Amino acid sequence: MNKEDRKIVLELKDIHKSFGKNHVLKGFNLKLYEGENLVIMGKSGSGKSVMVKSIVGLIQPDSGSITIKDHDIITMGQEELDFLRTEIGFLFQGSALYDSMTVRENLEFPLRRHKDKVKNFEGTEKSVTQALESVGLLHAIDLMPAELSGGMMRRVALARALILKPEIIMYDEPTAGLDPITSNEIIQLMRTIQKEYNTSSLIITHDVDCARVISNRIILLVDGINYAEGTYDELSTSSDPQTRAFFKN
Amino acid sequence: MSKENSILKRSKSFFAEIGEMAYFAGRFFKEIFRKPFEFKELIRQCYNVGIRSLFLVVVTGFIIGLVFTLQSRPTLEEFGAVSWMPSMISVSIIREIGPVIIALICAGRIGSGIGAELGSMKVTEQIDAMEVSGTNPFKYLVVTRILAVTLMLPLLVIIGDTVALIGSAMVENLKGGVSYTLYFNMAFSSLSFSDIIPATVKTVLFGFAIGLVGTYKGYNCAKGTVGVGEASNSAVVYSSMLLFIIDFIAVFVSDIFF
Repeated sequence: MNKEDRKIVLELKDIHKSFGKNHVLKGFNLKLYEGENLVIMGKSGSGKSVMVKSIVGLIQPDSGSITIKDHDIITMGQEELDFLRTEIGFLFQGSALYDSMTVRENLEFPLRRHKDKVKNFEGTEKSVTQALESVGLLHAIDLMPAELSGGMMRRVALARALILKPEIIMYDEPTAGLDPITSNEIIQLMRTIQKEYNTSSLIITHDVDCARVISNRIILLVDGINYAEGTYDELSTSSDPQTRAFFKN
Repeated sequence: MSKENSILKRSKSFFAEIGEMAYFAGRFFKEIFRKPFEFKELIRQCYNVGIRSLFLVVVTGFIIGLVFTLQSRPTLEEFGAVSWMPSMISVSIIREIGPVIIALICAGRIGSGIGAELGSMKVTEQIDAMEVSGTNPFKYLVVTRILAVTLMLPLLVIIGDTVALIGSAMVENLKGGVSYTLYFNMAFSSLSFSDIIPATVKTVLFGFAIGLVGTYKGYNCAKGTVGVGEASNSAVVYSSMLLFIIDFIAVFVSDIFF
């Protein structure tokens, strides 16, 4: 299907954000289509995390518009925003598991308020076991986060992001800090989940392998603007040296 | 000129912080009446604050009673007023020493604990993760903790005061041969509601102050491990200062009305 024929699930228009004199985003634009895996690449400090946190309302942009499934989140009230957030799963860079809770409680947490929202909800226990089975960690259900390895933590965080069956998943550096084998496992898991849950994904990464395997489209974010956009093959063979530099291993 | 600028800048940030803390307190009062009420978490926090501080409060209370009585005895003996010991100890412990010392101990244990816990949750993006999952982290983390400290501190102070009086009675029994019945009769007969009520109201305010400062500092913690340390440390410093200010106001007000 042609890109233009597909439904846009997330759109950012002319996003600006500054912290004092530091202008991080200077008119960034983005469209995420239904079922697409869109990768955002950029140097450290280029504003990738600020951009992704703006999308979920953790950071308020100075100007521009953010539309998720036709709802403008910037003008939205807190209640509405909380409800819309259930449509978005977020995988944090450091996993961000609640360390005073077991794996089971971590997964139950988002369900406490929003279980009515989950399509075909079959009970908390079933949802938790199902999400843990999808990431292959059912045996760790009663462990504390401190008892898990880095890769296991990332997988539990992914299961937590999936528990409300969101339509969009955002990954903030999903393979950062992991060894190559575990990184590869996480990438494969992301692909499986995308097929199983039919999600659209926005992936922030530095990892060229991750971008190559998972992306349908890549946007290079340089100095707060869209520097280049295209498929992995298009960008990695670009004539522009700065674009090509991102893809050198 | 630069020194003046620096003083001006510091004063500005000090008043800005007071303003932010007032806004934070306002948000607490707004959220407290909104659903969901998070009873399970409130009970868990009451256990953390109350039961886990009990040993420290009991030991502190007992030592206050013992030491205060031992230190006062020679002076009262000099004036032939040893028989006033139970009255003096009970009034001073119930009205002032018990609430203030136990609140300071709790500011150290509970305030720093809350500051460090919420601070590390902030730094590791756990608070952001709660927010992104559509749960109100302020309600779950802040409201429950402030309420727990506000509810538990008066109980801890009552327990601490009681243990302090037992400690004092033991000294009087061993040193002066005063029976426990006589000691407690004299101690309670010299107390009136005007001693107990302002002291109890004061401990509610102390608890609120400790909870408010601890959660504010942790919730607004700067990034990094240094930020967590600062949040924990400043939670103790600010809440201790605030306790003395509240104490001064409470004594001043109760002096007018009681």
